[in-house]
Amino acid sequence: MELFDYSLFVSAIRMVSPILLAALGGALCARVGIFNVGLEGLILAGAFSAIVGNHFTENIFLAVLSGVAMSVVVSLVFGVATIHLKSNPIVAGIAINFLMLGLTTFALRAIFDVKGAYYDKDMAGLPKVHIPFLEDIPVIGKLISGHSPLVYVAFIAAVVLYIFLYRTVTGFRLLAVGKNPAAARSLGLKVTTLQYGAVILSGVLCGLAGAQLSLGQVTMFTEGMTAGRGFIALVATMLGQSHPIGIIGSSMLFGLMDALSIRLQGFSMPTQFTAMLPYVITILAMFFLKDRGTDSLAGQQSSR
Amino acid sequence: MANLLEMKGMSKKYGEFLANDGVSISVGKGEVLAIVGENGAGKTTLMKMLYGLEQPSSGQILLNGKPVTFSGPLDAIANGIGMVHQHFMLFHDFSVAENIVIGHEPKKFGFFKRNDAVRSVNQIAEQFRINVSPTKKAGDCSVGEQQRIEILKVLYQGADIIILDEPTAVLTPFEVDELLKTIRFLADQGKSIILITHKLREVMKVADRVTVLRNGKVTGSVSKTETTSDQLAQMMVGRKLQKLNERDNLDGDTLLKIKGITMASKGEKPLLDKVSLTVRHGEILGVAGVSGNGQSELIQAISGLSLVNEGRILLKGNDLTDQPVEARRAAGLSHIPEDRYLWGAAKDATVEETGLMGSQRKPEYNNRSFIQKRAFRSTVKEWINRFEIKASSLEEKSGNLSGGNLQKLIVARELAFKTPFLIAAEPTRGVDIGAMEYIHDALIEKRNSGDGILLVSSELSEILALSDRIIVLYEGKIVGELERKDANEERLSVLMAGGIENVPTKKTSETS
Repeated sequence: MELFDYSLFVSAIRMVSPILLAALGGALCARVGIFNVGLEGLILAGAFSAIVGNHFTENIFLAVLSGVAMSVVVSLVFGVATIHLKSNPIVAGIAINFLMLGLTTFALRAIFDVKGAYYDKDMAGLPKVHIPFLEDIPVIGKLISGHSPLVYVAFIAAVVLYIFLYRTVTGFRLLAVGKNPAAARSLGLKVTTLQYGAVILSGVLCGLAGAQLSLGQVTMFTEGMTAGRGFIALVATMLGQSHPIGIIGSSMLFGLMDALSIRLQGFSMPTQFTAMLPYVITILAMFFLKDRGTDSLAGQQSSR
Repeated sequence: MANLLEMKGMSKKYGEFLANDGVSISVGKGEVLAIVGENGAGKTTLMKMLYGLEQPSSGQILLNGKPVTFSGPLDAIANGIGMVHQHFMLFHDFSVAENIVIGHEPKKFGFFKRNDAVRSVNQIAEQFRINVSPTKKAGDCSVGEQQRIEILKVLYQGADIIILDEPTAVLTPFEVDELLKTIRFLADQGKSIILITHKLREVMKVADRVTVLRNGKVTGSVSKTETTSDQLAQMMVGRKLQKLNERDNLDGDTLLKIKGITMASKGEKPLLDKVSLTVRHGEILGVAGVSGNGQSELIQAISGLSLVNEGRILLKGNDLTDQPVEARRAAGLSHIPEDRYLWGAAKDATVEETGLMGSQRKPEYNNRSFIQKRAFRSTVKEWINRFEIKASSLEEKSGNLSGGNLQKLIVARELAFKTPFLIAAEPTRGVDIGAMEYIHDALIEKRNSGDGILLVSSELSEILALSDRIIVLYEGKIVGELERKDANEERLSVLMAGGIENVPTKKTSETS
């Protein structure tokens, strides 16, 4: 087996989609001035609920939908805490992460009466999409075709988000809210509505990321199965400077590292070492992160 | 003239505090109404009620004779009222055009038509003769340009009544003249302008009518032609303004001597270029210049906040060039900094702590490194009385004080060091007339007692009123020096624009 070969990139594409989806969600929140540290928890909620949905409905579409729904509910909790109650988003986000870690573990026991992981061999995962014609093209064909639908959704979401932010009026206003909330409010823009919208959308995206995690790659749920992907997504958001196209690039990098770390295990590398790889890249990436401050809010004094 | 807008008996209560008490104003079409008053007189509160940001406790707003109520800025905007805030509400990363059209973007199927935005901005800019470049980033624009963006924004929103809140506070003299021209032109086009300010010179230049507020009440409403700025000042302050203290003629010895200091980053144009100057005992040396021409660097070089690349700084013969700030202060320097929040105070420190800063090591306030707050308290209380600083208590955070009051506190603190040399940078920025008078008096008094002052100010009137000698900085160089008797606004303006060559009889006698 070689270190870099064709199937490495195929699996990288598969690995990238949860990170990409969540990072886009993180970017949306960042764009309205909310630093969403709770991505990890949101993905976990989505992953678990997708399995629950699958178990009870035995319909893959409803399963994904229930994953999304649960993520949206949790993101609303985050939204109320940060937007309405004006709590510190970092604290609220961390709370969400731990809450979801505990809650999914608990619910795993309560619903399935198992500990650690739930797996049902009869449960169907996400189908693979075979794109006609495209898959017959040598080399690229296999790279593009044959993934779960959510992989395509992820890439399409990035493009749609790009168009939304930079071509539509609503997107323009959303950017405005993040850059200078005081100014946006003085213009009568619906700051709170836009912020909630962004948070809910990030819930949708994280729910999809979770569903891809629990139904796409494998069909099971294990405790804490996100394994830090939410944080990786957060870094991807920052590295991509909250720009959808930039995020595709940064997520691809992390997806590749994810795939590589699994591949390296085949080279009798200690798993602890290979599992380290994405994080090493993260730290390296941090060196190149330029502080991209929002509008300076200096001089907010007003005379009466 | 029929009144376009009328506000009748407006009152606003914040708890027990009556910010506006039965205030009535009216504006006609094409009229410029100036609302003047000291800080805290209630000007901004009144405008906030008009703009829908605050709800009046009582009173009525009539627009074209019909009563209206505004629940928010959107209502006000929809009724043709626009406001240019004192602190600009701009998105620095967005282009000028985007900043102007935001909220009313040209669109098609929800898509933002950016090209149409640029086109309509160009059109409206031409219509009202306001010069901007629509595709530039707002953050790259000068302050004056940013203000033009704000004005165009309210015009684009279709405002017929434009409120300008302290529009000239941040502008250079040239930009002020431009703005006044724009205001006049807008009024001639049939727009009504409400100008909030405490600068009477501008009021006399541009306003048709003036309403004066003091302590939340109208103390006068007059037509410009029937009043003088002295009369207005009297209505604002509530008493006759005194003439500045007599200046005694002092021929003091050299106090501060600066020899050819240069400050530059590698490979860039020097920020300070071989600047030499002298300040004598009993002298105020004024430094004029459009901001950003080296004034900040000069102040920082002397006060020790940044080090110079070459040249020497001597105070009373002691070489301070490489000394840290503390040693310089010990050698006899105090400093009213240009940015009160950045250099002058800690926002989260209390009023008392802010006053103590710099004196914390004095033996009377310091007992084996424990600060003796009680000993200090009486001193701060005295300052508060003397300078009429409005603070709810000594425990109040200094960041909560209004800018003018914080400035007074800092001035009081720095004067209390009783050092022979004082740097006064923008000592009255954002301060009302009463306090300005007080600070100016205190500076003259210090000068008369034989101390030397370096006065840096972007207010030409301040420079002219206080200085014994004036130097003009342009691009880091001294381009001119004028004696008090030779100085006037025109000559300084020319020098400030770097136009030495336009003055054939200039004398740039190098002080040595």
